[in-house]
Formats: sequence, structure tokens, C-alpha cells
Amino acid sequence: MTAPLLETRNLVIRFGGVIAANDVSLTITAGRNLAIIGPNGAGKTTFLNICTGWIKPSSGQVLFEGEDVTPLPPRAIVRKGVARAFQIPQLFTEHTALENLLIAVAARDRLRNPFMDLHRIPERDEMMHLLEMVKCADAAHRPVVELPEGQRKLVDIAVALALRPRLLLMDEPTSGVASSEKHRIMEILVEALAERKVTSVFVEHDMGIVERHAEEVAVWNAGNVQLRGTPREILDHPDVIRDVIGEAV
Amino acid sequence: MTHATEPDKSRQGRPAGGPSMAGTVLPLAGLALLALVPLGAPGMQLLVNLALAKGLAVAGVSVLLRAGQVSFGHALYFAVAAYAGAFLMTALPGADLALVLLAGLLGAVVAGVCVGLFVVRYRGIFFGMLNLAFSMIFWSFLEKFYHITGGADGIRLPRPAVLGMDLDRASFELVLFYLTLTLVLGLGWATIRWLASPAGQIFQTLKTNETRLEYLGVSPRRALLWGYLVSAALCGIGGALMGVTQGVVTPEYAWWIRSGEMVFIAVLGGAGSVRGAFVGALIYELVRTYASAYAGDVWQMLLGGFLLVIILFAPRGVIGMIETLAHRGEARK
Repeated sequence: MTAPLLETRNLVIRFGGVIAANDVSLTITAGRNLAIIGPNGAGKTTFLNICTGWIKPSSGQVLFEGEDVTPLPPRAIVRKGVARAFQIPQLFTEHTALENLLIAVAARDRLRNPFMDLHRIPERDEMMHLLEMVKCADAAHRPVVELPEGQRKLVDIAVALALRPRLLLMDEPTSGVASSEKHRIMEILVEALAERKVTSVFVEHDMGIVERHAEEVAVWNAGNVQLRGTPREILDHPDVIRDVIGEAV
Repeated sequence: MTHATEPDKSRQGRPAGGPSMAGTVLPLAGLALLALVPLGAPGMQLLVNLALAKGLAVAGVSVLLRAGQVSFGHALYFAVAAYAGAFLMTALPGADLALVLLAGLLGAVVAGVCVGLFVVRYRGIFFGMLNLAFSMIFWSFLEKFYHITGGADGIRLPRPAVLGMDLDRASFELVLFYLTLTLVLGLGWATIRWLASPAGQIFQTLKTNETRLEYLGVSPRRALLWGYLVSAALCGIGGALMGVTQGVVTPEYAWWIRSGEMVFIAVLGGAGSVRGAFVGALIYELVRTYASAYAGDVWQMLLGGFLLVIILFAPRGVIGMIETLAHRGEARK
């Protein structure tokens, strides 16, 4: 039997009196995009932070492709193939969108030649193509600080993809994006992920997005996975309708 | 990209294939003009030599500014290198100039590793003040350990040999002048190239987002340490040159005012600009020398006022003003 792509075993973390992860055990299978839903404060972002090494759990384990990565810092986990896109885009604001991607490539390939111009690295065309793929080609030469929030989110995801991860963890990929654009952007993302054979886990509050773009859904509540199933099973579940959605999708 | 564009800005608005005014022509014209100083204005040779040596150290401070970090203690590397050269000259009288500079560079880099491993854990004011603390510890060592360092009197450096030859004072100063100019050209170019390289760009991202850097698989501390070593090495070469040029090294090399002066010149020339470091150092030394001769005790006030005007009206410093004017000139063409 092949090991799951990512597995967590009995994760526990407390912030004072708040239990943000309460014995979380979850497996993520390669090739199946998982959506995480749940009320605010349920521990969804904390789960992503633990999986990427940003927060260390009080107890429990995180395994990536069968290897225990719990004690590793985020940079080491990233190097193993786990990338992260953030709710608030984390970009180099004084650099252009293209430069953000080129820096990601430089980091990925550990480019050290002190006399090579960043703009002349061989992957420049590949990164332009990636920006085109996420519909941000027009932003390539603009400093990130000048870009609208929606475009920044896409550049943030493109930076993560530039690392050629096997697993991409995204925190609300469509928040801050105009509602008319959300589905179009998610379609672009899902297509880009499929083309690159990247499995994704994304935290999402828009149930329309979840229904259309996730293959599995995990419902978080009080720091643990309350339910897991296909989007239809989850979105029709009376507990989810009552606690998370408020109305049927 | 704001600063890393030192080479890139020069490409903007340039006729295809031709050298840019601000990026290539003006710096080379400036260096050519400086090369004529021993012939046209020999009285200014020593002044320019000292300014350029200081400019190298300021370039080191400017490198750190690219990563958003200000060091108030980089005189440490200036002094360590100068004293390393002096100790070598004391141990091996008649040692070669190249060896003295190499000892200075080595001393600065070793000190950079020792202090750097500690200070790269901190940012902002803590980074700045810890650097200051280390430089003042070294200053105290230089002042108090008289039997090793010569105390406040410092150490006199006999004139080193040049490629095995013992030169008279005038010839030695001429060689030193052109060597300094060559080092300014070579190290200035290499620093600008490094800043535009992938590793240099990663170093500069420390200014805007360390979280993303960590999530690209890079250790921000290690990235800062590499830049810190580049910075210490530049300061070291500047300090070793200064020591050899002046013929004496004193604890004043590590004094906090020297560190402050470097930051002052870096901002004056253009914060984060390598070219600006040299332009700023030349302006500073010229104003300091002539204003102190003609304006007595008010020269500091003049320099302070000048810096205020720069910060308020030309935040990219003197080099920013020069580049803007050069780009306008190119656009008109």
C-alpha cells in the first residue's frame, strides 16, 4: 500500500485555554483535492500552519510521504515538496510579479552564481508562462505593491507553484477576489494544478467553490475534523447546514 | 524592484545596444576624472584616496541597507582590518602591500562570521545596536590593551613593499592611489553584479517578506549572513586601505562616530546604492576638509543641513539626483 501524501496523527495544540487542534488525524491522498470548511476559529489555518512547520504541535505527528516532518522548520518541509499560499498574499512587494517567481526559482534551484543576472536565468520563459496560466501576464513587470488584491493572490499561488511542489496548501485562495471572478479563477487554478500534478488542500468559505472544485471535503469544528466526505455528502449534511452553511447550497 | 535595479535602472530608456548614461557612462567618466587627480590636482590625491577607501566601507553599509538593516557598528570591520594589517606589518616588517590587504580582508571576514552568526538573529533597532555594541567592545579592547594595540596612540605602519619593491613615499602613494581606484572599480562592479544575481536578490527580499522567503525553502538568517559577510569584507578592504594610506591605525577607527559617519554617507550618497556610497564619500570628505578649513566649527552644521535637504527633497540621495538628471537627458535625445 502506498503511503498517503500527507498524514497527521493525533495533533494537539493549545493557545492558552483554546484548543486549536484537538487530536487531529487526517490523511491526504495524492491527486484528490481536499477542501477544508468550518466556522471561524475552528482551527483550519492552524492546521495548515502545523502541517508546514510554522507552528509546532504540543503532541502528534505530521508525515509527508511517510516521513516524519514534525520537527522540521518550514523551509525544510518546503524543500520536501509542500508549498503554501496564504490568505494574505506573502510576496516581495518591491519586486515585480515576474521577479517574485524568478526568486522562487532561484531559491528552488539554489542558484549561487554571483555574476548571473536574475532576469537572465533560463527559467524566465517558464515563469512568464506560469504567470500567463494564472492570467497575470499583464502584471509581470509591475511591482507587486501596485497590484490589486485578487491579482496578488494569484501571483502568491504562482510563486508557490514555481517551487514545483507535490502538495499545495492554500488558505482561502479566492478571498479578496471579486465574486464574479471567483469561479473563473478557481477553474484556472484547478487546471494549473492538474497540469502540474499537484494535489491541493484549500481552506474555503464559499460553498459554491467547494461544491464545484473539491473532490473531498473535511469539516472542521472546535479544532478537529467533524466530518469528511464528498462535497455533496457534506453540503447536504444537516449538521453542516446548521453549523457552517446556514442554508443548503 | 527598488534598489536591486542599480544595473537595471541603467537599462531603462537606453537606446538599444548603447551604454546608458547613468549606469555606465557617468561612473566611468567619474573614475577617469579621478584617475587624472594625481596629474591635474596632486594636492587632492591623498584626500581622494582616503575618500575612496572610506567609500568602500560605506558600500558595505549600503549593502545591508538593501536588506532593510542598518548597522551602527560597521566601523568594527574597518578597524579589525586596519589593525590586522598593522599587526602583520609589525610581525613582518617590509611585508608586501597585497599581503597587508589580504590580512585585513581575512580579519574582517573572520570577525564578520563570529559577530554575524549572532547578530543575524535580530532585526531593526536590535540589529543596529548589537553591531554598535560589538564595535564598542572592540574599541575598548584597542584602548585598554596597550601592550598589544598601542592604546590610544595606536600602531604606526611602516610603508609596505609593493610586489617586492621598496618605493619612495611619492611613488608608493601614487601606486596606492591607483590601486584604490582599481579596487573601487572592481569591487563596486562585483557588488552591483552580486546584488542583481539570484543570491543578491534573495538577500534583498529580507527587507519586504521573510515569511515568504522561509516558505521558498530559504533560511532568512543564512541569507542575511551571506550579505553581512559581503558587507564586512567591503568594510575590511576599506579599513585596510585607510590604515596603509594614513600610516597609522588608532582606536578611533572603531569609534561609534566612525560607524555613524558611514551610515550618514550612505544616506547622503543614496541609501542602498553602491555608486552612491563612493559619490557620498567624495562629497563628504571634500566638504569636511574645505568647510572645516573655511567655516571653522560650523562644518558639521553645513553637512547636517545638506543631509536634511537630501532626505526631504531627494530621498534617493545624491546619486538619485544624478541618475534622474541623466535619464532626463537621455529621454530628450
